[in-house]
Amino acid sequence: MRALLTSKWTKVLVFLLSSLPCALLVWRAFRADLGPNPVETIQLATGDWSLRFLIFTLAITPLRKLLNLPDLIRFRRMLGLFAFSYICLHFLIYLGPDQSFSLSGIWDDIYKRPFITVGFTAFLLLIPLALTSTKGWIRRLGGKRWQMLHRSIYVAAVCAVIHFYWKVKSDVREPLFYAALVAILLLWRLGDWLSKRRSAPAKAAMPNIPV
Amino acid sequence: MLIRRAPDLTYADVTPKSVYLNRRKFLRTMGITSAMAFASKGLWELAAPTHKVSANTKLTGVIKGPFNTDEKQTSYEDVTHYNNFYEFGTDKRDPAKYAQNFRTSPWTVSIEGEVKTPRKFTMDEILKLAPLEERIYRHRCVEAWSIVVPWIGFSFSALAKLVEPTPKAKYVAFQSFFDPKQMPQAKYGGIDFPYVEGLRLDEAMHPLALLCVGMYGETLPNQDGAPVRMILPWKYGFKSIKSLVKIRFQEKQPPTTWNLFAPNEYGFYSNVNPTVDHPRWSQATERRLGDIFKRKTLMFNGYADQVASLYTGMDLKKNY
Repeated sequence: MRALLTSKWTKVLVFLLSSLPCALLVWRAFRADLGPNPVETIQLATGDWSLRFLIFTLAITPLRKLLNLPDLIRFRRMLGLFAFSYICLHFLIYLGPDQSFSLSGIWDDIYKRPFITVGFTAFLLLIPLALTSTKGWIRRLGGKRWQMLHRSIYVAAVCAVIHFYWKVKSDVREPLFYAALVAILLLWRLGDWLSKRRSAPAKAAMPNIPV
Repeated sequence: MLIRRAPDLTYADVTPKSVYLNRRKFLRTMGITSAMAFASKGLWELAAPTHKVSANTKLTGVIKGPFNTDEKQTSYEDVTHYNNFYEFGTDKRDPAKYAQNFRTSPWTVSIEGEVKTPRKFTMDEILKLAPLEERIYRHRCVEAWSIVVPWIGFSFSALAKLVEPTPKAKYVAFQSFFDPKQMPQAKYGGIDFPYVEGLRLDEAMHPLALLCVGMYGETLPNQDGAPVRMILPWKYGFKSIKSLVKIRFQEKQPPTTWNLFAPNEYGFYSNVNPTVDHPRWSQATERRLGDIFKRKTLMFNGYADQVASLYTGMDLKKNY
């Protein structure tokens, strides 16, 4: 398993798989097969995939620990950047076809409509994370501070789920499904943090007991 | 702070290593399988195949109706594969899939309430009630997309005059067909069924209000509200109730489905109005199916000359 995870080719494979949703959209666009409302089809698909990749990214840490596969970390940055790329596409569709690049229209929308406000917040929160995703930036910020900054993905994921929930008219099954996934991934972190906090003083008191 | 005592564990309580390792393996398999299922479902949706339209019958003796627009008509394919018909699912592609076996014959529409002659109409009777006209209307959904469709039918007033509303009749209540057995997707709709709608009597009697039995020269496909529905081109699409089974003339304003669901978002009137936004999105523009960019939405969907007088003196911001 370890050899598989650390192989260069696995990374290539994950990259290709992550690009597949985008490639399929392009393929369908060329075949004029995006349905009666192509803009909406692309907008919904890129929105869905943004959220899915946020969830994949958030799943890395719990999976590493639960499955004892620390090498999964190799894919986290890529998955996070895919989430950001799909959000960029999602936002560009909104900017162009929806708002005809009218800045005042966009400002009105962000100001007046909570569902746009939370969606836009998620997008804004992810910009610094994408920019500081390199090794150089981890070094410049220092591990602790970098980690603190990158915790804003939790807020972004919650915003993304609320954005989806507020967008649908009455059938909330899908947004609730994603909300549940995000909740599980965040609650696991809370549990992990609480158990660490509890075991920290215990360890200090009994330093010689092997674990 | 709580200080917990360690429970009294003996060596026998230790999980055997094989079970422990199996649990890991199990978790790993579960994790990978669900991740794959999750991703493949999304990819399958992206590669979505299209579905065939249900059988239709050609309508004969159709004459050209009034109020026709000469704008480019939306393709039949689009109008039959982009539907909001929550009884058959909430995805726009669902009705084309799930309405295929919807039984629309035999069909009767019952007229009740404040009328001199309450009665039931069979579909045959409705089709012969008045000359069938082709009406090419703009149709604008509350979700800010629009289509241009050559509907077939006649003014609702032709039917109303036949049953003679009494002076007490001030409103008309409409009800859609509902059968959970034929419409298993409805339970996910999030709204109550049967779907109900309503109009003020003078709105219903307006010549633009169409009792619709067909489109594109044929009877209505199941997913577009077969076999008979209303078409109210100056109102948001959800007012144009599908698969009608009951029409009731009454004194009181009837409840309407989307208004019951979210009264702050969907009003009783729901006239197309670019100056009154939906709380969650703008109504100033709309996307005509097939277009990339949006266009400006017109007051009363461009039918202001015909219907504006119905609302003189009314505050349309309050009566949205």
